[in-house]
Amino acid sequence: MRFVNLFFVIFFIFSLKVSFAQEGNLKNKITKNLRCLICQGQSVYDSDSEFANSVKILVDKKLNEGFSEKEIYVFLKERYGEWILYDPEFSKITYFLWLLPIILFLIGGAIILKIFNIRKN
Amino acid sequence: MKIRIFPVSIIFLFIVIFIVFLKGLKNPNIYKPKTDVKKNIPLLNFELFESNKKINSNEIFVDDEFYLMNIWSSWCAPCRDEHVFLIKLSKEKNLKLVGLNYKDNFINAKNFLDELNNPYEIIITDKDGLVAIEWGAYGVPETFLIHKKKIIKKIIGPLNIDLVLEIKELVK
Repeated sequence: MRFVNLFFVIFFIFSLKVSFAQEGNLKNKITKNLRCLICQGQSVYDSDSEFANSVKILVDKKLNEGFSEKEIYVFLKERYGEWILYDPEFSKITYFLWLLPIILFLIGGAIILKIFNIRKN
Repeated sequence: MKIRIFPVSIIFLFIVIFIVFLKGLKNPNIYKPKTDVKKNIPLLNFELFESNKKINSNEIFVDDEFYLMNIWSSWCAPCRDEHVFLIKLSKEKNLKLVGLNYKDNFINAKNFLDELNNPYEIIITDKDGLVAIEWGAYGVPETFLIHKKKIIKKIIGPLNIDLVLEIKELVK
């Protein structure tokens, strides 16, 4: 019985740690996808500037308030524009960027298929 | 058949790549934040500088007046340089200056104002920079011209004589 209790206690402690780690990861994931607008080629996660530190505090606060990752991006996009996101969103301007790899893949596939067909014939 | 598809597709691909790069070459790559967007001011509760009282943005920015919100800090050197212009602008009749004290120490900020005079009618504080983010600001110094609860002009960086004249013209 004692061992079973002990097992549960240990299990509980470990499960706690996992949940904390995940929270940190989400914050890191978000700040890594945010461009530090006043730095050169750094994300908010990498930078230690005043702006980046404030954004980190903001992301923390918003996560505590129950904002989702997307809602935080929308919040920041409203204020700073699309440029703050490293991952550009799918829109009128960026559809070519997102679809180009797929198009190239399909063209490549078509060429290979064609060659195979020719070889068979 | 075998011979035709390959050269044609490769030539086509190279032409496409060439055009893309040629267009890219002519584009200016310097990122400039948009400064002419007409946005509504954020609805927030601010903490006052002198006391710990809270004040709503609706109470500060009353409809018809022009407001100039300046983000400043005692540790920011360009703020010291632009202070002369702020004092000039504070003498303007239909313009009210609002200061946003950014990530500052109260005593240092107080000394800063004692030394260079206080051009602001109201000063609000921003201890951790979150208020500045709500405004979409990048840092210090930054200035917003507000009319009818809309941001009509945004100046990133210190003020200069040309900008002061431009603001005076807008406020008239």
